[in-house]
Amino acid sequence: MARPGPSSRGQLHVWRYLGALLVLFVALYTTVAFAGQGSAWLKPKLGLDLQGGAQVILTPKTESGKTASSAQLSTAVDILRQRVNGAGVSEAEVFVEGEQIVVQVPGGNRDSIKAATKTAQLQMRRLVESAPVVPTTPPTTAPSATPSAAVSTPTASATPKKRPVTAGLVQAGTPTPTSTPSATPSPSEAPADAGPLVRSGDVYSPQAFALLDCSDPKARLGGAPDAPNQEIVACDRFGTEKYHLAVAKVVGKDVKGANVGTDSLGTQIKVVVSFKGKGQDKFTNLTKEAFGATPPTNRVAIVLDGVVYSAPTIQNVINGDAEITGGFSQKEAEQLANVLKFGALPLNFESGDAEVISASLGDDQLRSGLIAGGIGLAAVVVYSLLYYRMLGFITISSLLVSGGLTYAMVCVLGKQIGFALSLAGIAGFIVAVGITADSFVVYFERLKDEIKEGRTPRSAVDVAWKRAIRTILNADAVSLLAAVLLYFFSVGGVRGFAFTLGLSTILDLVVVTLFTRPLISLLSRQRWFSRTGPTGFYGPDGGQPNTGATRPSLTTPQEA
Amino acid sequence: MGIVHRLYHGETAFPLIARRRRFYAVSIALCVIALGSLIFRGFNLGVEFKGGAIFTVSAPSSVDLHDTRTFVESLGVNEPIVQTVKTSTGQTKVRIESAPLTQAEEQKVVEGLASHFKVDANSIDSRDVGASWGKQVTRKALQGLVAFLIAVILFISVRFEPKMAAAAIIALVHDLLLAAGIYSITQFVVTPSTIIALLTVLGYSLYDTIVVFDRVDENTKGIERGNKSTYSEAAELAVNQTFMRSFNTSLIALLPVSGLLFVGALLLKAGTLKDLALALFVGLGAGAYSSLFLATPLLADLKEREPRFVALQGRVAQRRSGAAAPVRLSQRSTNAAEGEAVESAPVATATATAVRRTGAPPAKRKPKGSRPTGKKRKR
Repeated sequence: MARPGPSSRGQLHVWRYLGALLVLFVALYTTVAFAGQGSAWLKPKLGLDLQGGAQVILTPKTESGKTASSAQLSTAVDILRQRVNGAGVSEAEVFVEGEQIVVQVPGGNRDSIKAATKTAQLQMRRLVESAPVVPTTPPTTAPSATPSAAVSTPTASATPKKRPVTAGLVQAGTPTPTSTPSATPSPSEAPADAGPLVRSGDVYSPQAFALLDCSDPKARLGGAPDAPNQEIVACDRFGTEKYHLAVAKVVGKDVKGANVGTDSLGTQIKVVVSFKGKGQDKFTNLTKEAFGATPPTNRVAIVLDGVVYSAPTIQNVINGDAEITGGFSQKEAEQLANVLKFGALPLNFESGDAEVISASLGDDQLRSGLIAGGIGLAAVVVYSLLYYRMLGFITISSLLVSGGLTYAMVCVLGKQIGFALSLAGIAGFIVAVGITADSFVVYFERLKDEIKEGRTPRSAVDVAWKRAIRTILNADAVSLLAAVLLYFFSVGGVRGFAFTLGLSTILDLVVVTLFTRPLISLLSRQRWFSRTGPTGFYGPDGGQPNTGATRPSLTTPQEA
Repeated sequence: MGIVHRLYHGETAFPLIARRRRFYAVSIALCVIALGSLIFRGFNLGVEFKGGAIFTVSAPSSVDLHDTRTFVESLGVNEPIVQTVKTSTGQTKVRIESAPLTQAEEQKVVEGLASHFKVDANSIDSRDVGASWGKQVTRKALQGLVAFLIAVILFISVRFEPKMAAAAIIALVHDLLLAAGIYSITQFVVTPSTIIALLTVLGYSLYDTIVVFDRVDENTKGIERGNKSTYSEAAELAVNQTFMRSFNTSLIALLPVSGLLFVGALLLKAGTLKDLALALFVGLGAGAYSSLFLATPLLADLKEREPRFVALQGRVAQRRSGAAAPVRLSQRSTNAAEGEAVESAPVATATATAVRRTGAPPAKRKPKGSRPTGKKRKR
């Protein structure tokens, strides 16, 4: 199969490639500059081992006062790990220390780690009464107070008429934080802002229900005692409706598991909750009681940490799993599922104070690691120049470009998804130098081969590229395969590694196509490129490469 | 002409496949040693895997961590993790994590710390710490690994062929075994960083093998239709053609890593850096070695059993017994002169010398002479 030349005019559009690379560079560094504040904008996020972070110690307590079993603790550790290390690249650590669980987050501040380790208990309560919340800010659209979620068996038909409501709810949900809570008491709530703040999850009393201002985000923070055997007042999580709820009939310990899924139409993300044997009975009974009761007592509220996630109308007696919908994003749904699984543990966790911890490795380790890397890179530079002569400068500049891109990516990802660089990660990038260098080593060696076979250096540049890119793609495909599979299967440090591997492989392809190749193409138009002295190319007779004038037959690309 | 010169000019003609049994023997011996050490000595697992002891001491607000670490090591604790903890009330504590200690050792550390920080020994909190590298992390990583191996076998089988997948996986196991074995032999502490390093080795080993196999694949395309060279010869040529590439790449990858190893092991004497660098150094080295000296000969062995390549061997032998080696050599030099002939037979392209491992002894010493003599004066 004869292939056409690199372009119809026989010349590579060098500046297009280099231009694309420049755009990429500018875009990345602009992102970095805008993402960070002040002088810290070019600092990558470092892992616990290199820069320390924040830690919280959780003390488990079982209801009966027994110590938690090691199996329970390790389940808790797994769940917590998922929660604090969501994307898997933040290098957070969760482990058992004595009978406590230690959660460490790199660079984290104390507040964020407290929030991340929050435990929540699921409760299901029937509604006693409900009231819409009139927003205190100028109304944009009439807030629809009807809840959106449906509890049904997974097989039972979803209730389609509710779908538009969901959309409305999401809309109404987002702008709520703008409301200024303190000054204007909402018109529906007659009593003035006297007395302590009533929070969602507080014990019910007629005054508390009247005083509860769900448009105040502070009231919806959660964390109120929400004792299962007492009636409570509560808000939904967007602050559009408030409830007076009966005692909890189903609690966290009745839950067996929770998973994220989508509804039958694939449009709405839901959390499916399954129950343990007794829990299932309780849940079925709850739906039996609520089914057909007078509104609003035919609705069941799903309460987490004192806040109502959804309060669907029960349309059937349900013998299976419960589904919670409510306009979740995938991430929210995963978090909720995790919280539910955590709540299903028969443990209560008392969380200690958040503390700041120093790096676990001495700064001598980071410093000497960087020095060692520097020495190694200097050796690479010397070797490239000795072996590839002028072409060595291409190697070096390609490595510089690659380094620049990698650094920017690490900074950007640190801000965007909490990607933290551990010492192992840095070593990984140092090894990536080898993989990046390999791409042009493959290319250069191919180039030498082609020239030795009698091609002119200029024509060899394109033929060698075609052969080389095939090899590079095959080899990089394997690396990417490793990265993707390990990322999706693994947790913890392994996941971080997979991410690093994938990132450096992709950057390798970017650098070799957008930088190395156009640069060589550009240089091949120089006269010195055709001489042995600066390049180390040898022609078929072991002397100067062919000049093209004597061997026109070889200037067409070779067959693959 | 020296070996360096030949390397530089890409004119290597190492009889890698002809001498494959030697390399197999070396690899098997090394693997047996590694395996033996793994079975009988096992790993020196770090505190992250098996837990250990943890000490917490109240300390003055500024603590020199480096001094503290040196001091704790002087108490006989191997590779402790020393950190400061600042509580929300502004107190500073020093947290020291070590491998499991006996009661006497623990007592010694507590007393040492008490005198070092000038506090009451009773105020030092010591307790057990569990493995921070949870079982789930290991299990999930293994699942990922299995999925990856299946995927990579499929990928190589489809993109190249199943026998290449088999050879690549054997080489991979070889590399991992050697890298893991060196930990067992030296009893360096195995930390999570070590695992990450081993995974890096895994990626690199396959990557390197694929690059060589890509060339083998190219050289052996349509080879069974001719009678010029056997599969082994074509594969050997590919190995030689990619030899400098493998050498350069491995050197470029190993130079920074040996920097890490040198600084980590010799200057710092301890710590993650050393643990990491050793796995990388051995693994990358083994990876480069195995893709040339193990994977390709294995592949050739597997392929030569296929009927079509057995038949090819017969035809090649027949042709060579008819036309002796010198004829072939002269034919080669014509090849180099005629561009078109070069293209039709990539097998014969590079400088040299797949001729070596043929049954015909006369060919054995020829390659040297076949090299164009004009080169001498150039360099």
